[in-house]
Amino acid sequence: MDMTGEYRIAAARDVVWAALNDAEVLKACIPGCQELEKTSDTEMTALVVLKIGPVKAKFKGAVELVNINAPEGYTIQGEGTGGIAGYAKGSADVALAADGDETVLTFTANANVGGKIAQLGSRLIDSTAKKLANKFFDNFHKHLSNEGPEET
Amino acid sequence: MSTGIGARVKRKEDKRFTTGKGKYTDDIRNDNQAYAAFVRSTHAHANIKGIDASAALAMDGVIEVLDGHQLTGDGIGNIICGWAVTSKDGSPMNMGAWSALATSKARYVGDAIAVVIAETQAQARIAAEAVVVDYEELPAIAHVMKAMAEDAPNIHENAPGNLIYDWELGDEALADAGLASATHITTLDLTNNRLSPNPMEPRVAIATYDDAEEHYTLHTTSQNPHVARLLLSAFYQVAPENKLRVIAPDVGGGFGAKIYVYPEEITCLWASMRTNRSIKWTSDRSEAFLTDAHGRDHVTTAKMGFDDNHKIVGFKVDTVANLGAYMSLFSSSVPTYLYATLLSGQYNIQNLHCNVRTYYTNTVPVDAYRGAGRPEATYVMERMMETAARELDMDPAELRRINFIQTFPHQTPMLMAYDAGDFPKILEMAQDAADIAGFAARKTEAAGRGKLRGIGYSTFIEACGLAPSQAAGSLGAGVGLWESAEVRVNPVGSIEILTGSHSHGQGHETTFAQIVADRFDIPIESVSIVHGDTDKVQFGMGTYGSRSAPVGMSAVVKAMDKVEAKVKKIAAHTLEAAEEDIVIEGGQVKVAGTDKAMGWHEVGLAAYIAHNLPEGMEPGLKETAFFDPVNFSFPSGAFICEVEVDPDTGVTEIIKFTAADDFGTIINPMIVEGQVHGGVTQGIGQALLEQVVYDDDGQLLTGSYMDYTMPRAADIPFFDVSHHETPSPNNPLGVKGCGEAGAIGSPPAVINAITDAIGNNNLAMPATPQAVWRAIQATKSVAAE
Repeated sequence: MDMTGEYRIAAARDVVWAALNDAEVLKACIPGCQELEKTSDTEMTALVVLKIGPVKAKFKGAVELVNINAPEGYTIQGEGTGGIAGYAKGSADVALAADGDETVLTFTANANVGGKIAQLGSRLIDSTAKKLANKFFDNFHKHLSNEGPEET
Repeated sequence: MSTGIGARVKRKEDKRFTTGKGKYTDDIRNDNQAYAAFVRSTHAHANIKGIDASAALAMDGVIEVLDGHQLTGDGIGNIICGWAVTSKDGSPMNMGAWSALATSKARYVGDAIAVVIAETQAQARIAAEAVVVDYEELPAIAHVMKAMAEDAPNIHENAPGNLIYDWELGDEALADAGLASATHITTLDLTNNRLSPNPMEPRVAIATYDDAEEHYTLHTTSQNPHVARLLLSAFYQVAPENKLRVIAPDVGGGFGAKIYVYPEEITCLWASMRTNRSIKWTSDRSEAFLTDAHGRDHVTTAKMGFDDNHKIVGFKVDTVANLGAYMSLFSSSVPTYLYATLLSGQYNIQNLHCNVRTYYTNTVPVDAYRGAGRPEATYVMERMMETAARELDMDPAELRRINFIQTFPHQTPMLMAYDAGDFPKILEMAQDAADIAGFAARKTEAAGRGKLRGIGYSTFIEACGLAPSQAAGSLGAGVGLWESAEVRVNPVGSIEILTGSHSHGQGHETTFAQIVADRFDIPIESVSIVHGDTDKVQFGMGTYGSRSAPVGMSAVVKAMDKVEAKVKKIAAHTLEAAEEDIVIEGGQVKVAGTDKAMGWHEVGLAAYIAHNLPEGMEPGLKETAFFDPVNFSFPSGAFICEVEVDPDTGVTEIIKFTAADDFGTIINPMIVEGQVHGGVTQGIGQALLEQVVYDDDGQLLTGSYMDYTMPRAADIPFFDVSHHETPSPNNPLGVKGCGEAGAIGSPPAVINAITDAIGNNNLAMPATPQAVWRAIQATKSVAAE
């Protein structure tokens, strides 16, 4: 399924763009993210705890930034395996538009799961994915709203 | 109280089943036992680039991790489909290679890739999680209508376009001409929903290799242990038959899913030899959903033409069937010889044609499930008849009656020669029992309560008692389909029956004993049934296709004929009478019309002591017979379902289900009724509740009972079951088989009733409350326009 959303962030587009490329910021904002380490400018490894329905598992995987078009947007994509729980993967196209001092962030995200997590939690995947996507951008929005003024 | 044929004898086996004393495969614990856990593909379609077992091998209790390259390297053969179906252009079916452990490619979610052997089940399962498989994901096909697309990914190299075969039966030109002459044509598009069989006991295997004897023993949940041994020996190259014993002890339901030899049994046997340990594998329910062969999954378009007298003048059926990722043992025969052959139903149809294309998809293999092909045929036929009756504004019973076959034997244009039946009679019985006359008043009364009441028919026929070996062979079957029996009269007169039929819920220990008690007029307690062990029973083709009574019992009867002849010879010799004057009754062997008699047990003793036998007679009293039927048997039935639908919620309540069946001679009415109850319940499950769902990537979404709905007591009404016996002329008992009828006949009766209630014929199975509610809304919006 595709999920879409829009956030108005009280920070300049360059600031928002920098945060979107900051592994520490991403780690703080990705729900359940326990580890996120940069392996190159555009690649990271991640450890994320996910709970979908009755299945709770640690997903180890990779996060990659592609289609980079600074500072207008990129695609962030991730893929992880959770052992017997199966795998989860997703991506989000993120676009930033400057609007005066503020930035309008829009995203289109999708998620796929496989293995046991699909067999047991399928009814909950759409709602969980939506919740996780919104939580990420919510966190991101809050993060910038709190810290933004100090950085400028 | 009589214990013979026709008596309601309580099931002998139920004492142990109801007191927890049953001995199932998982109850067996061997010395030196280790446990297997399988590493299964989480992708529906992926190349396997590598397997890293190093972390798993280092874990506590892990003995070995084995993969498909090692398995094929040891010469273990591919899993086969045993029924060759030829395409209409003469080309053979495209059977793709199926290794018990996938080597280069995984083709469905759940495909076994490696096996972990460890000291405990928990250790094996935890270590299986630590085996890292490097996948290269490939695009997958989950739905059969997408398998035929031009840009569809290819699942097996030797099956271009994923086509397995394109097959036909009947005369297309005749069917076309018939339809061209019709004054009314009914067209239907139907989907037969995909089901998971769900026997109560999951599959289990314990393989034990004895390196001193180079001998294997496999305890397994099989419906046909001898067929399993044959396959494991002749095709999978595990061991020669004399070095392999297969035992299927108490088995808790099969429904078809336990006919086949699966990758797990093969792998456990091989791993037992590799590790010199007894290897046990117990499926959990999740693995059952992922690996037990599924059933049904057809997409069909059908056209039926009628003349001015409402007689059927042409019938054309085009079906696409999903066989899953690999061809399972009988998979090819289910949508062909067990399906198209029954598309004449109970009706006299001369111009008939059916085309069937089967495809691979990235889903669990699909094979025979209770009814196997015949429920699909009945669904097409009986949805068609009801729909046509509505379009013609006719009583659906009357349209059926006009077209019923009246005389027997009847040769259909679809290979089958129906043996015996009385279709008008069983329809009338069902109508009386269902109180059709009172339906209009009940409908009005229900309307007063805001409920939509509807009634639906299904008059069906099935072919049981698989089958004449020669006929099956000419249609492509890889094996003969006879059955064997041994009747062993002990020196004290008690009897053991060794049968190749296998009981996994059918009550053979009771019904097989009944026919022996009936024949020799001895107490049923004196008769025991031995089955399910290749070291004890001579051979057998097993239990499926409602064949145990028509074929398995017939073999027992043939062996009893031989016993009786010998008994009479011994008695005539001892009592100094003529053989033809000897009768067996009341536990005695008598000279008719005199008081000269021997006890039954005295004859047994005489045979074994052998002090005074007729000249040239061998001692002992034990006879073996093989029975190969001359034809299928053809049970038929008339089912009527009455429902009430709540238009606000779409919830369907089955108010009454009436089943009038013709099973030929009935051995035990109580057991037959139980089979009908169970079969109809599974059919109601298909009609209202059950559906295997895959997402577009081939991920199984119904992997537990949270998402796959089995019928529960509250979904099921009380049944009205009655019988009319027209004995089959094709076997000595006149029996026809009753195991599948309920599941075959009931789905269309339920859907016909709901569509009658809601006034919208466009309703697919399962008719969940949401589906029914939507259909009601669609009717309303049409009415509003």
